[in-house]
Amino acid sequence: MMLDGKFGKYGGVFVPELLIPALEELEKSFLKYKDDKKFNEELEYYLREFAGRPTPLYYAKNLSQKLGCKIYFKREDLLHTGAHKINNTLGQGLLAKYMGKERLIAETGAGQHGIATAVIGSLFQMPTEVYMGIEDVERQKLNVFRMELSGAKVIPVKTGSRTLKDAINDALRDWITNVENTHYLIGSSMGPHPYPMMVKHFQTVIGKETKSDILEKEGELPDAVIACVGGGSNSIGIFSEFIDDREVELIGAEGGGEGLSGKHGATLSAGTEGVLHGSLSFVLQDDHGQIAEAHSISAGLDYPGVGPEHSLLKTTGRANYYPITNDEAIRGFKLLSEYEGILPALESSHAVAMAEKYANENKGKTIVVNLSGRGDKDVNILADLMGVKL
Amino acid sequence: MNIESYEDMFQRVKAKKEGAFIPFIVAGDPDFETSLKIVKTFVDNGADALEIGFPFSDPVADGPTVQLADIRALEAGMTTTRGFEFIKRVREFTNIPIGVLTYYNLIYKMGIDEFYKMANENGVNAILAADLPPEEAEDAVKAALKHDIQQIFMAAQTTSNERLQKINNMCSGFLYVVAVMGITGARSELKTSTVELIKRIKSHTNLPISVGFGISKPEQVKEVIGAGGDGAIVASAILNIITENLNDEDLIIKKIGEFCRELNESTKI
Repeated sequence: MMLDGKFGKYGGVFVPELLIPALEELEKSFLKYKDDKKFNEELEYYLREFAGRPTPLYYAKNLSQKLGCKIYFKREDLLHTGAHKINNTLGQGLLAKYMGKERLIAETGAGQHGIATAVIGSLFQMPTEVYMGIEDVERQKLNVFRMELSGAKVIPVKTGSRTLKDAINDALRDWITNVENTHYLIGSSMGPHPYPMMVKHFQTVIGKETKSDILEKEGELPDAVIACVGGGSNSIGIFSEFIDDREVELIGAEGGGEGLSGKHGATLSAGTEGVLHGSLSFVLQDDHGQIAEAHSISAGLDYPGVGPEHSLLKTTGRANYYPITNDEAIRGFKLLSEYEGILPALESSHAVAMAEKYANENKGKTIVVNLSGRGDKDVNILADLMGVKL
Repeated sequence: MNIESYEDMFQRVKAKKEGAFIPFIVAGDPDFETSLKIVKTFVDNGADALEIGFPFSDPVADGPTVQLADIRALEAGMTTTRGFEFIKRVREFTNIPIGVLTYYNLIYKMGIDEFYKMANENGVNAILAADLPPEEAEDAVKAALKHDIQQIFMAAQTTSNERLQKINNMCSGFLYVVAVMGITGARSELKTSTVELIKRIKSHTNLPISVGFGISKPEQVKEVIGAGGDGAIVASAILNIITENLNDEDLIIKKIGEFCRELNESTKI
């Protein structure tokens, strides 16, 4: 490795020996192409023409009036496939193509990353297989179908907690076995180096556009930037451009599930340091180091780990992370739907709920919320909870 | 009890013109006491060294067989501390080398120094963490030196000769050679590439090499020893016997005993 992949003491490369050469090759290729003119022109073309960038920074007038703050939403939900995930899959997919890889694999929880990988597999004509916990296959049936329509094969994972954590385990096992011709397209800013650095790079486009737009609209930086955090890619993407602006408060909303005394996915709020899926970060674990099962109403936040840079931002105090419960997230969903006519993904609903809490205590401030995904995929869950038969 | 070192064991076996037979079990699979009886069976049927797994909830280098064994052991109450108690009990009946196989989070969570201290106090010779490459192993190697434990690393098909030198410099006891491109699990046959890998690695290291992953039959043991391997590690094929006979402890012991005798026999060059 040319770099150690550390964020403070977090991050690193904790993987079986078979994968080290593949990670070295990936790091070398990423460092080569990230500044390559042709690569970047091609990526920008796909981001603009295929994904629909740039996304708007929308001033939410009704919600701002209700909450007594100026609230802006970065509309990543308007991208092709409905979430920020496409920024990273286009970047990594193109890189895999440049590297001469023949096959893509991915893991998915909510299905958003799976769909984004499936469509770029189709776009770049690469066979694609997506690992998904069987529990998530059940609760995200529509997304499974969408992946299959794009030509991807969805592989239900029946081991362990049968959710995202185990989908990652099986994807890693596949990669260990087929490392010579396969690129593992990790969907969040987690995993072994160079993934956290690389995923952040492909997601910084969110932060860059946000900063430029808020300066144009407000003439100054916002008081707070809020995003949901599962693995942490949409949040690191929007935080990235504001990390050096100390006056901007960075706030992450975690999957608080049933509350911290019950089942939850609030890794940074309630976890401890550990090594999972290739890096040292915060994890949910027992006293003996066995990884705990996470829980959140949102499959995308149902993960017992988190990207290592978030661990650094937490321990240095540069960002603050708070658990948002399932009930609060549903309230966030309804709030944005009813006041602005925008259905947020359940993941993003955590950020909306966090924004309401922040606004209640900080009247008159300017807040940017990253609306990382749209909520069409979650309406069945909402309908069930509300006793509505669709 | 005078614990045998890996160095002495490999010399002892070599003097007999044999390779080392090294069976694997997950500590506490299917439960603490049965697991202990299985290890006794290994020893009584010719094991030259033991590989004992400390179970982890997310064993990414392992296939379904080892993962199932991990789950059984965890459900039966195995923990890192009990794992060391298990080894202490094993030391009541054998002095052959014992290597602990695990994942780094168990070591990190207990505290690196404490883990190696406990290992030394309970009779462990060597430790291998499947997800700890040399790049991240500085603290572990320091603790290993301090507590007189040998740190084992893996070499695989994808490991270049240049990288092999780096691994050699940090590894002691023996080098664990991963026979297949993939995760643990029984394979019906070994590929030509495995034999080539053993020969390549042998020519680039002075350490004894033990070959594991995918070795499930006496003829495969013969093949890896014949190719120059100093030892053969057999895991999933043994765990399959446990999985298939879970409700009959006597049958598990009988079948594992017979299987170990066959495997041990096939280490003769």
